[in-house]
Amino acid sequence: MATSELKPGNPDHGRWIDPATGEFRVLEPGQTFKSVTAKISDIVLTPHTPLGWFALFGIGGAVATFLLTAVTWLFLKGTGIWAVTQPVAWGFAIINFVWWIGIGHAGTLISAILLLFKQGWRNSINRFAEAMTIFAVVCAGMFPLIHVGRPWLGYWLLPYPNSMTVWPQFRSPLLWDVFAVSTYATISVVFWYIGMVPDFGTMRDRAKTPIAQYFYGLISLGWRGSVRHWMRYETASLLLAGLATPLVLSVHTVISFDFAVATLPGWHTTIFPPYFVAGAIYSGFAMVLTLAIPLRKFYHLEALVTERHIDNMGKVMLATGLIVAYGYGMEVFMAWYSASHWEYFMMWNRMFGPMGWSYGVLIFCNIAFPLTTLWVRKLRTNIGFMFLISIVVNTGMWFERFVIVVTSLYRDYLPSSWGTYRATKWDFMTYIGTLGLFTALFLLFVRFLPMIPMNEIKMMLPGAKIKPKEAVAGESH
Amino acid sequence: MPPREGTYGLLAEFDTPSDLVRAAQKARLDGWRRLDCYTPYPVEEAAEAIGFHRNKVPLVTLIGGLMGLVAMFSLETWVSTLAYPLNIAGRPTYSWPAFIIPAYEWTILWAGLSAAFGMLALNGLPSPYHPLFNAPNFRAGALDDKFFLCLEALDPKFDLLDTRAYLETLAPVSVVEVEY
Repeated sequence: MATSELKPGNPDHGRWIDPATGEFRVLEPGQTFKSVTAKISDIVLTPHTPLGWFALFGIGGAVATFLLTAVTWLFLKGTGIWAVTQPVAWGFAIINFVWWIGIGHAGTLISAILLLFKQGWRNSINRFAEAMTIFAVVCAGMFPLIHVGRPWLGYWLLPYPNSMTVWPQFRSPLLWDVFAVSTYATISVVFWYIGMVPDFGTMRDRAKTPIAQYFYGLISLGWRGSVRHWMRYETASLLLAGLATPLVLSVHTVISFDFAVATLPGWHTTIFPPYFVAGAIYSGFAMVLTLAIPLRKFYHLEALVTERHIDNMGKVMLATGLIVAYGYGMEVFMAWYSASHWEYFMMWNRMFGPMGWSYGVLIFCNIAFPLTTLWVRKLRTNIGFMFLISIVVNTGMWFERFVIVVTSLYRDYLPSSWGTYRATKWDFMTYIGTLGLFTALFLLFVRFLPMIPMNEIKMMLPGAKIKPKEAVAGESH
Repeated sequence: MPPREGTYGLLAEFDTPSDLVRAAQKARLDGWRRLDCYTPYPVEEAAEAIGFHRNKVPLVTLIGGLMGLVAMFSLETWVSTLAYPLNIAGRPTYSWPAFIIPAYEWTILWAGLSAAFGMLALNGLPSPYHPLFNAPNFRAGALDDKFFLCLEALDPKFDLLDTRAYLETLAPVSVVEVEY
């Protein structure tokens, strides 16, 4: 139907339409088992590293040194070098924590929820989306740890028998965070690694150099593709997906409890859990696009990560963006409907107070711009436009957390205690540094691990269909 | 695995999954029980064909999840009521709704770890050495684009010459002997 409008001038576009469904194809036609293996594993096994990789890795590493510097100074001087003080006692650290964790959620959504819903198109993007999750959680987890003041005592958060005979307080949302985030990090790593084990087997068998053979041989655990193993593997993958689905929903719910359990206007609201989860997926899909678009171009993966993927991700962003818009609307509505003076003032101050500009940025980046344009299929399949949208939404989602944290705190019940918030250079260096760390880690992943799951792509190829007429019943000899 | 000598089995190579499934079905019907298929991606029909219908991964996962749940909920209850009772805004020391959240997370954590490591353990992995890796054509294609059926020497019906002749009737690309 509308798919035929995709590239009207292109005589080639007919073969992109699947005649069975009339939909745009997930993979470019003409792929074979061999071509998929070669395409994906050669990116890793080639002895030739592209110069662009070195350039980007250098930039990422250089930016990551900001983080190193800022954190070193923080450990020497304490959290006083940040802008956090009264009344804004939570600043960049918590904003960045929530933002990074949220980005990670799309990876789990793609790998777990879309697997349960049998969305085959996810197979092309789930591996690097999961990698994105893990590196985002690495960046996120750092912020609460460095924010506790004495990070070398961070293990006090865990319940363990100690000579002080002191135990954690299990009624605190901040302790719930410890369990939610540590579980999320562990399960994400396990899911990601288990998913790669068969592909490591392929890499082990194709590797030419002894070091690569040894390395991939070690991490492939001796995978040999027995169908008995495959069946247990499939069961375990489905179970992990089934477990990761409630997990991913619970993690951002628990994070929203950090705010919602407090009795502060702007935080104390029951809409927070669903609205945080939707926002997380919204920003996460934006980040997947930010990574996928340059990656498919750079490594010529257009046959495997097609416009169908970009289009579908645009649709998911549209849906979650609308949930986020509903969340914003409901917050404003409840501020009026609750007839609470404090709620009303908080919302007025958030929109028109001295920091009202941040609310404007948020509405433009998350609602006004993406939710008007993402309806149009032509724009959803326009690669450049989608890249732009992904950056805009990521910016907007960062501002959402900024608005929630700062504009709720800086003018509370007592005008005499009002203040403001001005982030210091150390705040900015820490934040920008994590972007560099994320980039560097992601580039290492792209260079050394298969970024698209070969075995899952092969399941989708036409050659994988078992032809029924050849069943044993028809055999005579 | 104890050190063995001699023949592990005979390995037939196929080009398509349909050929493999057809051959596996036939071998199973002809009474072969010690046999396995090797494919580059999960082929459910091949598992059905060799009579592998259910596995124990769900059970292991359930047990792991329940253990995580019980462990964390009891820890929270013990810590909050006996080991270190604290008065938090006058709430009861046994405030179970708050305990659900860490207990829920630990259910998922231990269920997930049990699923992943239970799957590996049931598969007998890691096993860096396996006799099949000795077959000249196995590593060239088993995890790339080829499909293999292996009739193992432990099967009472196994006889090097007869079994080779039998496998040839299944129209494979090649049949090779696999040694330990």
